[in-house]
Amino acid sequence: MQRIGVFVCWCGSNIAATVDVARVAQTLAKEPGVVYATDYQYMCSEAGQKLIADAIRDYSLTGVVICSCSPRMHEATFRKTAARAGLNPYLVEIANIREQCSWIHKNKEDATEKAVILGRAAIAKVHLNAPLTAGKSPVTKRALVIGGGIAGIQTALDIADAGFEVDIVEKKPTIGGKMAQIDKTFPTLDCAACILTPKMVDVAQNEKINVFAYSEVEKVQGFVGNFTVTIRHKARYVDETKCTGCGLCTEKCPQKKVPNEFNLGMDNRRAIYIPFAQAVPKLATIDADYCTMLKTGKCGVCSKVCSAGAIDYKQQDRLEERQYGAIVAATGFNPISLDAYGEYAYNQSPDVVTSLEFERLMNAAGPTGGTLLRPSDGKHPHTLVFVQCVGSRCDGDGRGKSYCSKICCMYTAKHAMLCREKYPDTEVYVFYIDVRTPGKGFDEFYRRAVEEYGVHYIKGQVGKVVPQDGVLKVQASDLLENRQLHIDADMVILAAAMEPDKSARPLATMLTASMDTNDFFTEAHPKLRPVESPTAGVFLSGACQGPKDIPETVAQAGAAAAKVIGLLAKDSLTCNPCVAKPDELMCNGCSSCEKVCPYGAITYVNKEFRGPNRTTLLRRVASVNPAVCQGCGACTVACPSGAMDLQGFSNRQIMAEVDAICK
Amino acid sequence: MRDYSEEIRRITGINPRKCMRCGKCSAVCPAYEEMEYHPHQFVAMIERGAVEELMASRAIWNCLSCMACLERCPRSVEPSRLVEAARLMVIRQAGKNHLLPDEIPGLLDEELPQQALVSALRKYGK
Repeated sequence: MQRIGVFVCWCGSNIAATVDVARVAQTLAKEPGVVYATDYQYMCSEAGQKLIADAIRDYSLTGVVICSCSPRMHEATFRKTAARAGLNPYLVEIANIREQCSWIHKNKEDATEKAVILGRAAIAKVHLNAPLTAGKSPVTKRALVIGGGIAGIQTALDIADAGFEVDIVEKKPTIGGKMAQIDKTFPTLDCAACILTPKMVDVAQNEKINVFAYSEVEKVQGFVGNFTVTIRHKARYVDETKCTGCGLCTEKCPQKKVPNEFNLGMDNRRAIYIPFAQAVPKLATIDADYCTMLKTGKCGVCSKVCSAGAIDYKQQDRLEERQYGAIVAATGFNPISLDAYGEYAYNQSPDVVTSLEFERLMNAAGPTGGTLLRPSDGKHPHTLVFVQCVGSRCDGDGRGKSYCSKICCMYTAKHAMLCREKYPDTEVYVFYIDVRTPGKGFDEFYRRAVEEYGVHYIKGQVGKVVPQDGVLKVQASDLLENRQLHIDADMVILAAAMEPDKSARPLATMLTASMDTNDFFTEAHPKLRPVESPTAGVFLSGACQGPKDIPETVAQAGAAAAKVIGLLAKDSLTCNPCVAKPDELMCNGCSSCEKVCPYGAITYVNKEFRGPNRTTLLRRVASVNPAVCQGCGACTVACPSGAMDLQGFSNRQIMAEVDAICK
Repeated sequence: MRDYSEEIRRITGINPRKCMRCGKCSAVCPAYEEMEYHPHQFVAMIERGAVEELMASRAIWNCLSCMACLERCPRSVEPSRLVEAARLMVIRQAGKNHLLPDEIPGLLDEELPQQALVSALRKYGK
C-alpha cells in the first residue's frame, strides 16, 4: 500500500491569492493512498524542505506530490530533498498549480477546483512511480568551438587557459571573422586589427588549441560529454605542412579577376590567395572556382614558383571524426542582402555601400589603401548620407527583420565621426529613427559625433536615392523640423540589419539545438542561462545568439567558456534515468523506433528467447542506450506494438493521470 | 554675407549642437501657443543657419524671457539666451545696441506680459 504525502505551496500570494491552498490540501488528503497533506507558505524554502523531509520520515512516505510552481523551477530542489530524507528522488511528482493554474485564472473557486484536479492527477501518477537510479557517463575532456571569429577565438582561449584541449572549426581559410574586416572599434576608436591579431596569434601559438580552418562540421552524434563530430577539411590544394605563407604564389598567379570577398568584392584577388596579411593559419588556398589549372588542367604557375613544393592539385576533402565533451556554437552574423531595398539604389550605384563595405573603404588594408574614395570614379566624396535601420525594425514590409540590430547606431556614429575627423571638408548626415546607444561611454561617443564633429543627425528616414548626373539625389524627411529634405550626396552608406550566418540553421539541426524564427540560437533561459542552449552540452557564443557588439561578444564568449570548463572539469555526468525501455517480449523488431529516434540511441540486437517445448527462439529486438537516450518519447509513440515505454512517464502513468483528471 | 549663426554662438557662448532634441524647453514654455516657432526650433534653426527666418519672426518678441527653458535644459543649451541673442541681432542690424523705449510697443503683443521689455532694459539699457 502506498503512503503518499501531499504538500501544497502558497508561493507567497502567487498561488494562495487565487487558489484556496488549505482547501486543496484538505480535499487531496481524502484521496486513496494519501496519509499526509498540508500547505505551507514557501515549500522551496529551507523550512518548507524540512517540512517535507520530516513528513517523509515521520509518516514513512512512499511517494510525494508537491503542488507548486513548474517542475522547471524546483523539481530538482524537491528531488534532492526527498533523497536527503531517504526516499528515491524519482518518487516525487510536481503538480504545477502556479503557471498552469493560479497565474492564468482569476476566479478563486475555479482555480481551486483545477488545483485539486491537477493534484489528483499527480497522486494517480505517483501511485505507479518506480524508484529509478541515474547512471553515470564519462566526459571527453575536449571542447569544439564552431566559428573562428572573435567569439570563437575568445571562447577557445579561455577554455585552453583552464587547461582543456579545444578545437576551432572555421569554414573560411583564416580565423578572425568580421572583426578582422573592421577598421576601428567603438567607443575608443582603437584599430580592430591591432587588438584582434594578438589574440589570433595567441590561438595559433597555444598548444591546447587546434585550428581547423577551411573546415566544416559535417555530422554530430552523441550527447553531452560524449559527442562524436565529423569534420570536413576542405581541400586547399596546398599542403598545410609545407606552405610557409610566403605569398609568392599569390603574386604570380595569372588569374587576377577573382572578386576579393575580404574586401566584399570591391577589388580583386588571385585564384590562389591568402585572405589578409595577418591570416591565421597563414597558408595559401586555391579557389577551385577560378583556378585555371583545376578547371582546364593548363597553368601550374603557382606550383612552379612555390619553393616549398606545397601545391597539390590532387588534394581531396578529408573527413575526420573527433570526440568532444562540449560544443560551442559561435557562427556569427552577416549583413542582410539589400537586393529588396530598391529605394536606396544599392544595386544601381557603386557609391551606395553597406556599412561593412564602408569599413573596408576606410581601412588601410582595404581596396583604396585607407583613403576614402568614391567607388564609382575614385574621387573624394564631400557629402555623405548615412541611413540607419536599413532592414532592422521593419517586419511589416516582408523585406527586413523585426529586431533592432543593436550595433548600427554606434558604428554609424563611428563612421560619421571618422569621416569628419579625417576629412573636415565633408558634410555628414545621419538619418535615424531612434538613436540607441546604451553602454559604457556609448552615448557620450554619439554626442561627441554631434557636438564636436558637427555630424548632422536628422530624425527621419530616407525615402529614396536616385543616382543622377554623377550625384545621389537623396530625398528624406526631417521630422523635428517638419520638412522634406533634398540632399545631393556623393555617397550613401546603409546600416544593413544583421542576420545569423546561413550555416547556423543546418548546424542547429545537427546539434538538435533550438532556434528562434530569425535563426538565432535560443538560449536555455533568456535571463538566467543566457550562454547555454537548451540542448545539454551545447553552448552559445557571440552574435549567433542575438545581435551584439564586440565587448558583449567577448563577455559572452568568456561566459560560455566558463560553462564549458565547468562541464569538462567533471569526470562523469549523471544521466537522466527517465529514458525509453522496450518490453522485449512485446517488441516485434519492426525498427519504427530506430527510425524516429533523433539521438541515435536505439539499435537492434538478436537475442535468444525461450520458446515452447524447450526450444530457443532467436528474435530481433530493440535495445536502448540509456546514456544516449534523452527521454523525448518519440519512440513510445511510434511503436506499433506498445513495447516501448518511457521510464518515469510510462503509458500507464499517463493514462492514470488522464483518468484522474476526467473522474 | 554675415554668418548670423556664428555670431549668435559667439555672443552667447552656447554650442547649439549640444541640443539633443528632448523638447523640454518647448514643454515648459508658457508662451508656446503665441509663437510660430518654438524654443526647440530656435535651437535647431540657429544650428542649421536659418537665423534670418528666426530674426524675422514674431516669436522672438513673444518670448517672455521667463528663463524657464534655461532652467530646465538638461544640456545647458539655454534657448532663452539664444533667442535673446537673436533679438539683439535685430537691434544691431538697425545700427543700435539697445531698443529705444518708443520702438518697443510696436514689437510687443498686447496680450502678453512684457518681460521682453524688462529683459532688454536689464541687459542693454543704462
